[in-house]
Amino acid sequence: MKAPLVLAAAMTTVFALLPYFVPPYYVGLMIPFFGYAIALLGFNLLFGYTGLLSFGHAMFLGIGAYGTAVMTGFGVKSFEIVLVAVILTSAAIALPIGLLCVRYVGIFFGMLTLAFGMLFHSFLFKFYYVTGGDSGMRVARMNILGLEFAKYNKIEFLTGPFYYYCLGLLVIAGFIMWRIVHSPFGLHLKTIRENARKAEYLGVHVRHFRLAAFVISAAFGAIGGAILGFRVGLADPDLVYWTQSGQLVFMAVLGGFANFFGPIVGALSYILLQDQLQSLTEYWRFALGAILAMIVIAFPQGIAGLVLQFKSLVAGRSA
Amino acid sequence: MSAFANILAGGVFHAAVLFLVAAGLQLVFGVQKIVNLACGSFYALGAYFGITFIGYATQFGVSPWLMLPGLIVSGMLLGFIGPPIERLLRTVYSRDESFQLLLTFALVLMFQDVFKFIWGANPRSLDSGYLIYGTIGAGDFSMPVYNLLVILAAIAIAGGLGAFLQRTNYGRILRATAENRVMAEALGVDVRRIYSAVFTVGAVLGTTAGALVVPTAAASLDMAIEFVVEAFAVVVIGGLGSMRGALIGATIVGLIRALSIVFFPEFEVIAIYVIVIGVLIFRPAGLFGRTLA
Repeated sequence: MKAPLVLAAAMTTVFALLPYFVPPYYVGLMIPFFGYAIALLGFNLLFGYTGLLSFGHAMFLGIGAYGTAVMTGFGVKSFEIVLVAVILTSAAIALPIGLLCVRYVGIFFGMLTLAFGMLFHSFLFKFYYVTGGDSGMRVARMNILGLEFAKYNKIEFLTGPFYYYCLGLLVIAGFIMWRIVHSPFGLHLKTIRENARKAEYLGVHVRHFRLAAFVISAAFGAIGGAILGFRVGLADPDLVYWTQSGQLVFMAVLGGFANFFGPIVGALSYILLQDQLQSLTEYWRFALGAILAMIVIAFPQGIAGLVLQFKSLVAGRSA
Repeated sequence: MSAFANILAGGVFHAAVLFLVAAGLQLVFGVQKIVNLACGSFYALGAYFGITFIGYATQFGVSPWLMLPGLIVSGMLLGFIGPPIERLLRTVYSRDESFQLLLTFALVLMFQDVFKFIWGANPRSLDSGYLIYGTIGAGDFSMPVYNLLVILAAIAIAGGLGAFLQRTNYGRILRATAENRVMAEALGVDVRRIYSAVFTVGAVLGTTAGALVVPTAAASLDMAIEFVVEAFAVVVIGGLGSMRGALIGATIVGLIRALSIVFFPEFEVIAIYVIVIGVLIFRPAGLFGRTLA
């Protein structure tokens, strides 16, 4: 139980010191990482712990981003109020959708969530007068913790105060998720993943638990979306497209969804990988696809799995 | 009223193309139990290759009247990509379906850049007009004969596939493999070859559909990822793995799209997903699917 705590503390320290050592460009690159990492913590509660693969999870990122855009449009200045609002909205939307989706598992669950995601996308795309269509909605700058940071320009603000703010959010979100998956509730979810029928025999309301996991993961997704929207200053429908949902699954698998920290590792590796590939070649999608194929075929445990294997190898040798 | 008939005819044309792709998806799912996200990429590949193929054919002085058969041939030629991709997928047959889905997603990403590399980022279209076949019509209603021929070709393929699966020996073996892979293998069926063949046929259905659509629409990088969700909608409405379902589902989606463009343009795409969700709620296995275990 101690090791993960040490690991988390070490990681947090590294990230806290990061702005002093790396160029601002890479510091700025960490903002989407924080956003995706928080969203993936939620996604993995559903995928890794409950065994439900959602192929429409980008919808909740979209709700976070568009919710932020709408709120700033109404003149809300406080990012905390926006966060609370998008979390509640996302959970409220996830509840009826989840009620329908959790009746299915496997490929049907994936397809139904994909359909809902695309429904939301086409709403954003087609209802131009509400959502701005393909040009999206602007997200105005907000204050954090009631502080304006007016003397910082946008870049300085993002790489300075907002960086630490998001790091703090990730730590809090990680802590909450750690408590969730290690609570009796989390154990229920794992039981359902391993053997849903047996869980039912033991008196677990399988659907209730799946629904709860769905709603929680939607709330985490909205936080991630709000961060992404804030950073770009825009909420656009591309964020909700099904390929974006695929990208989330990609990150989870890249990092290793069987491990608690896997999705965070996955988000970081994906962001850095994409950035490097994009600067190297115009055909970065091909490279990403090839990497994904390789992971799926040869390393289904992802990066976290490889690290653990390496560790047990070393431990086995020394023993 | 004739405008309405024109739009309806456009819907049926769209449905015919959708059916071909969805039939490929169904065949592969029915036998191999894999949902192939890359079916849209096969469709786009067929479209791009069709343009190149017809372009060369025209240079060599092939009569433009041979465009339709030429496009079908170009779609069939692409069948060669089937076996190697099936070989790749073979590595994950025994794994969880999320891995299978992800591997086909990886293919989607890779194909996207292959198209960009070979054919460039700008949309490509066929220069020679498909109106050489003329149009038919009555009063204000008119429809290019080419579209009609494609619809007829799709119906013929539907009938041919049905007859092949129901009446021939090979079709019976296919259905037996779909039913129970292990038992079929025990009875001496070479399942590997069946899988390879089925996947190739599925891919060819997609590439042919793409080739056939290209005289009427441009080939673009987005068409792969846009079309796959529509094909998904078709198979969900019709029921995963059912050929009849693909036919009905494609008709529904094609017509709904056409009708909503007339009446509520905003609902063009939304209407499809509303139906998909409705079907999944009330008939989880789709209109013609089997009940879930």
